[in-house]
Amino acid sequence: MNKKPADGGDKSLPRPVIHEDYCKGCGRCIAACPKHVLRFKSTLNRRSVKPAEYVGEGCIGCGFCFYNCPEPFAVEVHTPDKKTR
Amino acid sequence: MNIKQSVGFYDTFERSGSPTRDTHYCAGCGHGILHKLICEALVDLGLQDRTVMVNPIGCAVFGYYYWDVGNIGAAHGRAQAVATALNRTLPGRVVIAYQGDGDLGAIGFNCTFQAASRGEHFATFFVNNATYGMTGGQLAPTTLIGQKSATSPAGRSAAHEGYPLHVCETLDQLQAPVYIARCSLADTKRIMQARQAIRKALEIQRDGKGYAFVEFLSPCPTNLGMDAIQAAGFVANEMEREFPLKCFRDRSAEAEPLPAPVPAPSPSEFFAGDAADAPVAGDDDFVEKRMKFAGYGGQGILSLGIAIAEAGRFAGRQASWFPSYGPEQRGGSASCTVVLSAKSIGSPDATHPDVLVCMNRPAFERFAPTVRPGGLLICDTLAGVTPAEAPAGVRFVQVPATELAEKLGVPRAANTVMLAALATLGATGLPREQLLAALDASFAKKPKLIPVNRKIFEEAGAWCREHLARAGG
Repeated sequence: MNKKPADGGDKSLPRPVIHEDYCKGCGRCIAACPKHVLRFKSTLNRRSVKPAEYVGEGCIGCGFCFYNCPEPFAVEVHTPDKKTR
Repeated sequence: MNIKQSVGFYDTFERSGSPTRDTHYCAGCGHGILHKLICEALVDLGLQDRTVMVNPIGCAVFGYYYWDVGNIGAAHGRAQAVATALNRTLPGRVVIAYQGDGDLGAIGFNCTFQAASRGEHFATFFVNNATYGMTGGQLAPTTLIGQKSATSPAGRSAAHEGYPLHVCETLDQLQAPVYIARCSLADTKRIMQARQAIRKALEIQRDGKGYAFVEFLSPCPTNLGMDAIQAAGFVANEMEREFPLKCFRDRSAEAEPLPAPVPAPSPSEFFAGDAADAPVAGDDDFVEKRMKFAGYGGQGILSLGIAIAEAGRFAGRQASWFPSYGPEQRGGSASCTVVLSAKSIGSPDATHPDVLVCMNRPAFERFAPTVRPGGLLICDTLAGVTPAEAPAGVRFVQVPATELAEKLGVPRAANTVMLAALATLGATGLPREQLLAALDASFAKKPKLIPVNRKIFEEAGAWCREHLARAGG
């Protein structure tokens, strides 16, 4: 069920993990991101919409994308624990 | 690793065909945002395992596929009534009614208003998107002035469609609600305010303090004909102008926990006064009798039925009396059905009565064809029914009830004559003494009428013995 997220961000830094097959391409997360590090992917997902994707750097782990996303399982925000950073 | 992700949802949604992990909502819909906030709060507050969500009719009708709590679906607009029942029958649960503006603000508004006025102990999450989403964008009570909808294509006009309904402001007139707030799902700041309001409403439930109502202005991109960002902008700008975001009331600090609801009595407890009349033990061979009495209002039809039901109770039977009459106190057609049984009575109606008493012609025409074959049909002679008209296979008896009552000086006692006829014919399966006792009891408030009715009963009985043979005899 869970496809491996295609994010590509540095795992030692905060980053959004987008499950693109559950993304409906509404763009709420992109508009909400204070760092403007989300964008529409250039290719279509299985629903034939362009899902959101992480540009790969600049995420501060604020979680705004998560709270703006209407889909329960389309986006997660991973934030490394401070001691492991 | 700290992972911010949805909690409180089922792992997969078994909606149709193969399980999925996406919702049925349109792209950019506010429902999903709100679902996530509610589920997160239920998990964080440790309430998930004792929460029951009342699902509405509307776009959120499928909520039960998503949120991993107890779920129940309510008829359109009736979520507040169902939530009331849940709260009263399942104390200790956290009950949530989740409804949209059509369900809560239109068809179900009185339910909402009354539940809020009673201060029922549950939380209401009200999703206001200013349109009917599921049915295709018709005018809602909350549609803005000037807003185009499928049923207001030129835009809502106050002259034609009235003004938008302000639900929070209306409920704020009531005494009982503990918490009333309006939030928005338009952007992060507002979503975070909504998140706090949800927690507040659920804490009030956790602490047993009463009715909490939170409205959420929510984007419906599909029916607004906008993309998700434009729709969020419409909510933040246009909708908020009409529906300002506000905490209308927060009495959570001073509100005392409500007393535990009084458990509803079971039917046998409720009818405890009848317990003394439980069927006579070892009397299971009593053949159930279904009797119908019909005529026009004022002929004592309903009283006759009550007297026989009472006699049944005196004799230790189960008895039901089921009236049917028009709004008129006098005149108009009236009928009642009496069932006597040794066991609890399932239905108080009689599709095919064993005994039918008709006091007039219309009653005969309406009910005579329904009498069970082998049953008994008694008509007042004044109904003018000829034996040839009586249904085949049914014993037909005419009693000059009105005429005898008039002759005996009490024209309104035609029903007492009929009671005597039933007693003489043995039609009720009840002893004569019990019928007579019930006749006395029916005049308990006018005791001076007892002797004259007893006299009529005796005289009518004598007439019947002279003119009619016993049923089956």
